[in-house]
Parts: sequence; C-alpha cells; structure tokens
Amino acid sequence: MSEDKVLEIKNIRKSFDGNEVLKDVSLSVASGEVVSIIGPSGSGKSTILRCATLLERMDGGILKYKDDIAASDESGHMVYADKKELKRIRRYFGLVFQSFNLFPHYTVHKNITEPVILSGQCDAKQAGERATELLERLGLEDKAEAYPGSLSGGQKQRVSIARALAMKPEILFFDEPTSALDPELTGEVLKVIKGLAAEHMTMVIVTHAMKFAREVSDRIIFLENGVIHSQGTPEELFNSNDERLNSFIGKLEE
Amino acid sequence: MTLGVMIIDLAKGMLTSIEIFLLTLVFSQPLGLLVSLGRMSKNRIVSTVIKAYIAVMRGTPLMLQLIVVYFAPFYIFGFNLTGFRFPAIIIAFSINYAAYFAEIYRGGIEAIPKEQYEAAEVLGYTRAQTFFRIILPQVVKIVLPSVTNEIITLVKDTSLAFVLAQAEMFTIAKQIAAKEASVGPLMVAGVFYFIFNFVVAFVMERIEKKLDYY
Ligand SMILES: Nc1ncnc2c1ncn2[C@@H]1O[C@H](COP(=O)(O)OP(=O)(O)OP(=O)(O)O)[C@@H](O)[C@H]1O
Ligand SMILES: [Mg+2]
Repeated sequence: MSEDKVLEIKNIRKSFDGNEVLKDVSLSVASGEVVSIIGPSGSGKSTILRCATLLERMDGGILKYKDDIAASDESGHMVYADKKELKRIRRYFGLVFQSFNLFPHYTVHKNITEPVILSGQCDAKQAGERATELLERLGLEDKAEAYPGSLSGGQKQRVSIARALAMKPEILFFDEPTSALDPELTGEVLKVIKGLAAEHMTMVIVTHAMKFAREVSDRIIFLENGVIHSQGTPEELFNSNDERLNSFIGKLEE
Repeated sequence: MTLGVMIIDLAKGMLTSIEIFLLTLVFSQPLGLLVSLGRMSKNRIVSTVIKAYIAVMRGTPLMLQLIVVYFAPFYIFGFNLTGFRFPAIIIAFSINYAAYFAEIYRGGIEAIPKEQYEAAEVLGYTRAQTFFRIILPQVVKIVLPSVTNEIITLVKDTSLAFVLAQAEMFTIAKQIAAKEASVGPLMVAGVFYFIFNFVVAFVMERIEKKLDYY
C-alpha cells in the first residue's frame, strides 16, 4: 500500500518568528487521489503547500515523495536531502499559484517549453509538441505566441496549469487557483481541474470554492489554526454535525 | 588656425572621447551588476563595504576620483606613471559609473516579485538559470530609461578627463581656445557633444522600442 502513496507528510511543524503556523500536521496522498484543503485565512493552508514544494523549510516532521525522503527529523533534528537529491525530488510535483506567476517576457509557448527543456526531459522539438498538445487541450491553441500580459486571468491560469503539466509531475498542488480571478472567469479554470481529476491526476487543492471542492475531491481536509480539525469524504464533511466546520462551510456558501 | 584644421583636431579628440565612453560602458555595466548583487548580499560585511563604496563614488566629484586613481599608485607604491594615464581614466570612470549603475540595477532587481523566483524554483531552474533567464531580462527592461539617462551624462562627463590632460575633445578645445584667444573652439566642441548625444539617444530609443515586446 505504501508504494501507492505519492506524498507523505508526517507531523510537520513550522513557525515564523515564534508564531507556530503548522502544529503537527500529517497528510498522505495516494496516487490518483484529489484532496482539497479548506480553512479560514491564516490557518496555514499555503504554508503546507509551500513546505511540500520546498519553498519553505519546515522545522520538524517528515516529507516524502514515493520512496524519496526530502526532509526528515527522525535523527532528532531537521535534515534535508542534498541539493542534487532535492532537484530530483522537485520533479515529482508541480505548483499552480494563485497569482499565476507566468514569466512575462516569454511567450506562452516558451513559458511551457523552457522548463521542460532545461530539465533535460526532452529536446526542444518534443517539448514544443508537448506544449502544443496541452494548449489544444486547454483551449489555448491560438495563444501560443501571445505574451502573458495580453491574456485574461482565466487564460493565464490555464497557461500556468499547462506549464506545470508539461513537466509531467506525479502530483499537482494548487494554491487557491481561482481566488485572483473575476467570478465569471473561475469556471473555465475549475473545468480544467475537474478534467484532470477525471483523468486521475493526483492533486492537492487549497480552495475557498466549496461547491467545487465538494464535486472534485475524494477527500477534504479542514484546517484550522495549524491543525487538521477534521477530514473525510465530501459527504462526511458536508453532513457533519461539527459546529465549527458547519459555520465555516456555511459562511462560504452564502 | 582655419576652421577646417580646428574641426579635424577636435574630431581626433572626439575619437578619444568615444573610446573613453565605450570602454567605460563595457566595464561599468557588468561591474555595476556585480556591485548591485554585493549591495543586496545577505552577508553584512559585503553589503556594508559595497554601501560605503557606492556612497564615496556618488558623494565625491568624479574629477577628484580621476586624480586619486591616477596618482595613487605613485604615492602609495612609488610606481612610474608613464603610460598609466589612459588606463587610470578608464578605471576611474568605470568604478564611478558602476556605482550609479549598481543603484539603478538594484532598484530593478528589487522590483521583480519574489514569486518569479519561486515559480522558477518549483520548475527546477537553478539559481543561475533563474537569474539570467527570468530575472535579468525583466530587470533590463525596467532599468533601461534610467540607464539611458546615465549614459547621456557619461557622454558629457568624458570631458572631465581634461584634469589629467588626456587629449580628448574638451582638452583639445580648451588648448585651441587658449591659443587663439577665442571661445569658438569650445562652441564647436559643444556641437560635437550634442551630436554625440543625439546619436546615443537615438540608439537607446531603438533598444527601448525593441524591448517593448511585452
Ligand atoms: N513568510 C512569512 N513570514 C511570517 N509569517 C508568515 C509567513 N508566511 C505566512 N505567515 C503567517 O502564517 C500564517 C499562515 O499563513 P498561510 O499563508 O499559510 O495561511 P492561509 O491558510 O494560506 O491563509 P489564506 O487563506 O489567507 O491564504 C499567517 O498568520 C501568516 O501571517
Ligand atoms: Mg494562502
């Protein structure tokens, strides 16, 4: 069963200047699973993703992709894998940011192909084919030569999803992928993510879009004050009697 | 002295001015980039030393710096200064302009959101790849107007080489003016500088247009 786990986070802790943001959070994600993380602002949702994607160093706990240990405190203090090892481990995951973070001086096509080429996965021609294929799939085939500045928010976010997918990650993280979008543009992005879920892409999605989380997730995690308050299938969570959870979900659904 | 001879003399001086200008650009740009990185270094000693260097370069006259650079080897090490005049000028101009360019670059680098670094990191870019492929091209576009201003100032500043009696255009203009007891040569030199800068401004504008692709 353990080889089915793509991501395994055990007991992670993270503080910013004495302010403990994550207190002993554990999270495993199986291959093909879609996990949503919900919770109030400041509860530590982004910090989990940032620790998992190595953008932030955790203070304690274990971070593992498949059988590769990225970080562990089993020896008594926090030890990260060496640089070369981490470079390899980065290939396991992709991250889609709330603010897209496309490279503005590159065309859409180059945004997608350059990381693939630099990673040594394939040559420029194959990377180009991969990009064309992805852009077609995401309905952006006519935008290949456009610069990000000329795209709508929804198109930018779809490009950034294409950029992440082109690296062929085993797991894709999303940090509030639609929060920076005008309401009428969120649909096109959520549709893409749903499409990926249907293809059994392994994903961890931080979101405030409750209806979407309910539809797309195999499991939802409710995070509060740096701990997992509750988790379960969408049915379990949305039919829960827990007062705190209900008031949070209720607030967002209004 | 006929106007024709004067113009030829000044044109020869102009070649030296152009030489000073181009060499200063070639050396001060990369040096300025290095200095800006040092200025932003997390190492407190490095950033403090660089800060002091920038403060001195910007806080004292370039004319004085030219004199110090030229005569320092003699006073400190007793070196013979023959042949050192032109290199001294290039060194002084380069380290002075590097300080100004460094502050401009720093502004540009700090204007790039940290998310650009993070996106690149997650996509597996090395630090060098991130800097040269993602950050620097965006910085160049941001700083270009300020760099253009500095470059135009540099054209005029080349005339400061007269303090070391380097035979650039302004020095020659002054010599002719003294000999002929006329301000005419200085006026003609002024026209030359104006044309020089006109060309520089034209080239920079072309570059700016070219970088306006996004
Ligand atoms: N780099 C940092 N330095 C200091 N404090 C930080 C830093 N990053 C996050 N924090 C703090 O950690 C806490 C959790 O932040 P985090 O961004 O993980 O919350 P979140 O659940 O993603 O919230 P939101 O829904 O608003 O995005 C917040 O109190 C935040 O102020
Ligand atoms: Mg967040």
